[in-house]
Amino acid sequence: MNYLLSLVTFLPLVGAIIILLIPEERKTVIRWTALVVSSIAFVLSLIILSRFDATDPGLQIEVSVPWVSIGGWLVSYHLGVDGISILLLLLTTFLCPIAILSTWDSIQDRVRDFMSLFLLLQTGMTGVFLAQDLVLFFIFWEFTLVPMYFLIGIWGSAGRRYASFKFFLYTMTGSVFLLLGIVWLGARYGSFSLPELTARGGLSYIEQFWLFIAFAVAFAVKTPLWPLHSWLPDAHVEAPTAGSVILAGVMLKMGTYGLVRFNLTLFPQATLRIAPWMAGLAIVGILYGAAVSYMQKDMKKLVAFSSVSHMGFVVLGMFALNQAGIQGSILQMVNHGLSTGALFLLVGMIYERRHTRDMDQMGGIWRVMPLYGAVTLYVVFSSIGLPALNGFVGEFTILLGTFTSGTLGPWFAGVATLGVVLAAVYLLHMYEKVFLGPVRLLENQRLKDLNFREIISFAPILVLILWIGLYPKPFFDLMSPAVGKVVAALQTSALALH
Amino acid sequence: MSANDFYAISPLGLLLVWAMVLLLVDLFIPDGHKGWTALLAGMGMVASLALTLTQINRPTAAFNGMLLVDGFAAFLNVLFLSSGLAGIGLAYDYLKRMGIERGEYYSLLMFTVGGMMLMAQAGDLIVVFLALELLSIPLYVMAGFARPRLDSEEASLKYFLLGSFASGFVLFGVAMIYGATGHTGLQEIIAVLHAGQSNFPVLFLIGSAMLLVGFGFKVAAVPFHMWTPDVYQGSPSPVSGFMSVGAKAAGFAALLRVFVLIFPSLATDLIPVTWLGAALTMIVGNILAISQSNIKRMLAYSSIAHAGYILMAFVPFGNPKFAPDAVASALFYLATYALTSIGAWAVVIAMEQSEGGKGLDLSDYAGLSRRYPVLSAAMAIFMLSFTGVPPLVGFWGKFYLFRTVIEAGFINLAVIGLITSIISAFYYLRVIYWMYMREGQPTARREGWLNLTVIVSAVVVLVISILPNTLFTLAAQANLIKFF
Repeated sequence: MNYLLSLVTFLPLVGAIIILLIPEERKTVIRWTALVVSSIAFVLSLIILSRFDATDPGLQIEVSVPWVSIGGWLVSYHLGVDGISILLLLLTTFLCPIAILSTWDSIQDRVRDFMSLFLLLQTGMTGVFLAQDLVLFFIFWEFTLVPMYFLIGIWGSAGRRYASFKFFLYTMTGSVFLLLGIVWLGARYGSFSLPELTARGGLSYIEQFWLFIAFAVAFAVKTPLWPLHSWLPDAHVEAPTAGSVILAGVMLKMGTYGLVRFNLTLFPQATLRIAPWMAGLAIVGILYGAAVSYMQKDMKKLVAFSSVSHMGFVVLGMFALNQAGIQGSILQMVNHGLSTGALFLLVGMIYERRHTRDMDQMGGIWRVMPLYGAVTLYVVFSSIGLPALNGFVGEFTILLGTFTSGTLGPWFAGVATLGVVLAAVYLLHMYEKVFLGPVRLLENQRLKDLNFREIISFAPILVLILWIGLYPKPFFDLMSPAVGKVVAALQTSALALH
Repeated sequence: MSANDFYAISPLGLLLVWAMVLLLVDLFIPDGHKGWTALLAGMGMVASLALTLTQINRPTAAFNGMLLVDGFAAFLNVLFLSSGLAGIGLAYDYLKRMGIERGEYYSLLMFTVGGMMLMAQAGDLIVVFLALELLSIPLYVMAGFARPRLDSEEASLKYFLLGSFASGFVLFGVAMIYGATGHTGLQEIIAVLHAGQSNFPVLFLIGSAMLLVGFGFKVAAVPFHMWTPDVYQGSPSPVSGFMSVGAKAAGFAALLRVFVLIFPSLATDLIPVTWLGAALTMIVGNILAISQSNIKRMLAYSSIAHAGYILMAFVPFGNPKFAPDAVASALFYLATYALTSIGAWAVVIAMEQSEGGKGLDLSDYAGLSRRYPVLSAAMAIFMLSFTGVPPLVGFWGKFYLFRTVIEAGFINLAVIGLITSIISAFYYLRVIYWMYMREGQPTARREGWLNLTVIVSAVVVLVISILPNTLFTLAAQANLIKFF
């Protein structure tokens, strides 16, 4: 059954081509085609999950075919899934249909182009999480830029042109270092196969150090790790809602996934040495993102900066370099994808009704849209990390990992905890301004509450938020052996280092 | 003239004889029916292409080593003939609608393609010089084809003056090398070097430097690039498009052939020069391209920048361990660059409203994606491929070049190349920005041959992007003939 991964990756591409053949005027047909295709992709990823053996730490359902030989260096078409990537694969295929559903009313112009670009993006993102060959990974990684560039640049809001440009150039600059590192590894090994490179090892500490930096720059831009985050507020704010959902929900995770997949496994010695620095940057990001969020008047900007803060937790947990930290980090990737994705959807819904995101223009929305207010409160609690919801599980595990970590320790955990408190401050501040109090403005008096389509698009996210919050064991079980393998390798090289 | 000689020269001979006959035949074709001339020229090229294809994998030297038929020559000849065919496709409608349709265009095009083919096959420095002249002189005329338009005449004159100056350098360099070794044949020169009989190593070095100048001019390497923007802008667009591919590839053909075969011993002296040249070419080409608003000028600077990337892989030419990769990566890049460039110029020609005037500004591309979705999608593919966005061919080409450079140990140069690639994204994206993110009322020609050129280039670019292995294999097999 090893065609499954290829199918889930390239089905959206096929869908994109089919959509291009549908006449432009038939918007409903186009929308339904896109939705159906990306829903099938989700079903496929559930089938992959059902065939996935959670006790096996290695790659599964692999497919590996020689693809290109560049002057003797073999690039393979090598896909595979393990405990780390399966959750992100599921997150991707889960959020894509929801994002498509969110465009039903808001995208009216050039629907065909939008949908085919969106499905193209889905292919790229899926490939990033499945590729097991460095060059193949890079191709998917860099390719995701193109559709997203168009999505922001054509369907974004007023500052879209600048934002899309900045997004493209910023990310490409980071990727260039990644490419340099990949070619360098190729020159060193003559192969790009990730399992093979991991198995062979043998890089000196100095080599590992520079390669770690080269890879980490690319991933840190994407994550985004402070101080490389400045593209994010622009891109998130100007992107159309579906674009923001995918950017925050999936594309940011490509960065942190890259760190755990490549930096931690390929350059373990360098990782051990650099870990406190990366964690330090993450903590600066947590506090900085929270502080800037608090200052925002624009709801979307607030959510965008909160991503900087939340992704800081993900990086912090990862560089605790122990089982709890990395598991929490991966789970928090999923959590952030769910709750921030949902927040962007919510902001998009109010924007569709009010055509503004300025919090001063709101106030008392709960009275007008009670259902909307309740859903938002729930998601805000999830994002803050209220116990019984998903954010708590992730952040708690990360902080636990950080506290007990040999490389980081209680000080890091202590300062990071401040971030949790600050998240409550800025998110509740937003909630209060928008939803509570009297309805001050006339325009706000006749807003329609959520319609059926919007409820449908939300329901699965809300269920998952509660599920992960109450019973996260199945999620931890999925990743535990694979994470254990990474941690064991790190411990071996820690012994070698001393 | 042995049968082998005859076979070796048959594609070239056929092309040149055909071109001369075509000159005569054209006299009897009435004005307004010059499509026949174009068709006949195209048939000549196809016939020559068929003969060239039979020469693949049969390396041989003919005319006492003056003419070399090897994988390298065959690969490039296919490239030259294909771009010649594209040159016809680009020009046919353009010449007609701009009122400069003359049958000589097609004969001149065949002559210059002949010169390029001779360049790729040259096994003797005198032949290199002959080929250089044969390919340059028709191009000088073609650059001025839109006379009496002033900037076309200016382009022609500028190209001619600077080009003859460069030819002078080549000739003088050949003389120096003759002085140092007593031979002009590459094979004999190598023999002399092997026996250690070169009397005047200084002369030999000066000679190589002069050849570098001459070839550097042809490939538009900094600091010999000054002519490029003016000539590309002033020449009729199909000529610029053809020139950006053919003349550049021919320059690289000579550079690779001559330097890899006879100058490896000078590598230590030449590396700082070529290193600096490559770095400057990438930097200057990319940075100056940013400020261009005329698309022809922008593409001219971008062609300089691409020459820089190929030069980058040329730097380790003296090391026998990396020379095969240097040649193969240059050939691969030239092929992908040719495809992309021809496609991009075809779009430019479709957009050009009046000769050298309206339709050439970037702002004229505003709103193109709405009215001409296929044309703008093709242009977007070409621009992204130029930038090197994976998985498009430009990415594979750059990957191979960077691989060669990094493996040979020039990491600094690779970093310069990568940083300038980011700069290039800036101006290539701007074309996409105008086409997709601005509104406007653009007009483009819907002409059969032109559309065919655009679509064929775009499709081939996409196919090679996904299945690049064949081209990689072909480029790797396109070895230079070895004498020792």
